[in-house]
Amino acid sequence: MAKINDSETLSPKQQLDLKNKRLVRKLLWMLLGSLLFAFALVPIYDVLCEMTGLNGKTKNSAAVLAEAKVDNSRWVTVQFTTNVMPGLGWNFYPKQSSIKMHPGQIETVVFVAKNTTNQVVVGRAIPSITPGIAAANLKKIECFCFVNQALKPGEEKEMPLRFFVSPQLPVDVSDMTLSYAFFPSVDEGK
Amino acid sequence: MSTTTVAHHDDHAEHPTGIMRWLTTTNHKDIGTMYLTFSLIMFFVGGAMILGIRAELFQPGLQLVNPEFFNQLIGVHALIMIFAALMPAATGFANWMIPLQIGAPDMALPRLNNWGFWLLPPSAILLTLPFTLAMFGIGDGALATGWTFYPPLSVQGGIGVDFAIFAVHLLGVSSVLGSINIIVTLFNMRAPGMTLMKMPLFAWGWLITAFLLVATIPVLAGAVTMLLTDRHFGTHFFDAAGGGDPVMFQHLFWFFGHPEVYILLLPVWGFIPQILETFSRKPMYGYKAQVYSFWAIGALSVVVWAHHFFTSGMPVPALLYFMYSTMAISLPLAVMFFCWIKTMWKGSMSFETPMLFTVGWIILFGIGGLTGLVLADVAADAQYHNSYFVVAHFHYTLFAGGIMGIMAGVYFWLPKMTGHMYNEKLGKVHFWLTAISFNLTFIPQFFLGLAGMPRRIPDYALQFAEFNMISSVAAFVLGLSQLLFVYNIVTCIKGGKKATNKVWEGAQGLEWTLPSPPPYHSFTEQPTVK
Repeated sequence: MAKINDSETLSPKQQLDLKNKRLVRKLLWMLLGSLLFAFALVPIYDVLCEMTGLNGKTKNSAAVLAEAKVDNSRWVTVQFTTNVMPGLGWNFYPKQSSIKMHPGQIETVVFVAKNTTNQVVVGRAIPSITPGIAAANLKKIECFCFVNQALKPGEEKEMPLRFFVSPQLPVDVSDMTLSYAFFPSVDEGK
Repeated sequence: MSTTTVAHHDDHAEHPTGIMRWLTTTNHKDIGTMYLTFSLIMFFVGGAMILGIRAELFQPGLQLVNPEFFNQLIGVHALIMIFAALMPAATGFANWMIPLQIGAPDMALPRLNNWGFWLLPPSAILLTLPFTLAMFGIGDGALATGWTFYPPLSVQGGIGVDFAIFAVHLLGVSSVLGSINIIVTLFNMRAPGMTLMKMPLFAWGWLITAFLLVATIPVLAGAVTMLLTDRHFGTHFFDAAGGGDPVMFQHLFWFFGHPEVYILLLPVWGFIPQILETFSRKPMYGYKAQVYSFWAIGALSVVVWAHHFFTSGMPVPALLYFMYSTMAISLPLAVMFFCWIKTMWKGSMSFETPMLFTVGWIILFGIGGLTGLVLADVAADAQYHNSYFVVAHFHYTLFAGGIMGIMAGVYFWLPKMTGHMYNEKLGKVHFWLTAISFNLTFIPQFFLGLAGMPRRIPDYALQFAEFNMISSVAAFVLGLSQLLFVYNIVTCIKGGKKATNKVWEGAQGLEWTLPSPPPYHSFTEQPTVK
């Protein structure tokens, strides 16, 4: 490729064209970089959310049951709320609306789901925790939210959740809300 | 066309006539004219949509349009005003004036320039076509999510969303092509002696805008593409059921959306000081300070995006960061306000229409900026988010700060572009009607917002009735006053008092050394700047 110092052989017009082309090429690289950056933001966002608990995202896998010490000196209230998203003909509710527990103490809460339609329906629960800053401290040992749940027509199913709150919970958090939204499963057909 | 004797004879003055001239032109002035004309037409299309909304909001209850159609008008109004009216107007000026201001014979990439323009009409058609299709029973109308495309609504919406996504793709390609052209022109085509720090401020404003566009438009294109694949190809970027996150869209969108605000305003901040120095008859104050302010604002604009959705959920440290960084933008802006006022200070001022618009612009844009500071406050924003206070705020920045600034530029450069003086009296009437009816439209909306009226809702509580009535009446006056603007431009193109080369007594810059109108090919021999 011709270099700018070939100036003796090129007319000023050709030199300018060459200079323009080079700059355009650089700008096109910049453009491509921004586009890749846009798609790179997706994994960056997920990692950031999981690290910081932003948006109440939690690890979507069972926590390892460590011999956590129960912190009897403080209480934490965990409230439960449920939603069924459009397109899923279910009733879904927790058997108790809240639980008062010590950090480190393992508890089981039962949720009930009932298929009100006359077909087999597969759903999937997506959890979210507020405040986001404490999201990482709620550890699920066993949860119906890890896998798809299929209900036969009219079937009612009890779904247990076993969890504990880590004793590392920030001291100023005394109340947490665990919200479950049940969605129609998206990979049902696969 | 031109009756003036052209100093430099050129051999390419012949060009195709009629429609072929405009379809095939690579001349920067022709393309600039097309951009400006397109922008003016779309300004009225977007304006007609908002008058439909104001007519519905004239009284509480539902009278004229159904809520679905109301939502479509809101979203398409915004997209048209931003992408098809304001941005092409700024690009039109860039095409017309940047080569003249820096002493270049044309833009660096003329063919690209032509293509950049001709992508606009198809995208405007894409945006508005669903309205027509719905009349024939195809689909359920245009984009009804507001211009921000927030999922899950935009994932569930009808074909209008797809049309809008493709329109945004085309508009994005068009503005990125325009930006590349401007950057290359400014870097490689300046006249000998015109260093970067001697460039007119308008060129500087556009240089920063162009870089912002190249950096952020691809993020918008990426975000709407993800939306498209979520809608049709089974991905789950924003679908919570598949492990996606709707809030992520807001981050992606506003990573583009906030710089976009400055993309719209930087070109205006560029030529406003040029108008001020012209009509104050003294050199502009603080040229360097203003250039550095442009840099500062350009850099800050890409790191403050989340203030658009403080209420979507963020940890407190993030809220604080976005609040303080947003407020920090007011520092370089304050520097610029100071420079504008100091340019006028003790100047020998006269108030022709461009200057009237400019002085009015400084005051009204100032109100827009100050109300922005209120919204940047996390605690206050929790109350005002998505209220009419926000609507009033961004119309002070984008109608006053954007469109009224553009109008100042039109009156400033129209004699140069057409070779005729416009009707000064009519121009002044246009200014006063615009300024007064604009304030009467949007001041009530500040109060409505403070009282709790939400935006984007076709109905409202009875307590809001009086303010809405005032706002609607004033909006119609504002809209109709713009017909004066068109009339003035058209008569100015057709004839009128001949404009001198310099046009304005205090005009400074290379564009005023050329005849009015400038010859089809100008600066075929490059001027030298001392």
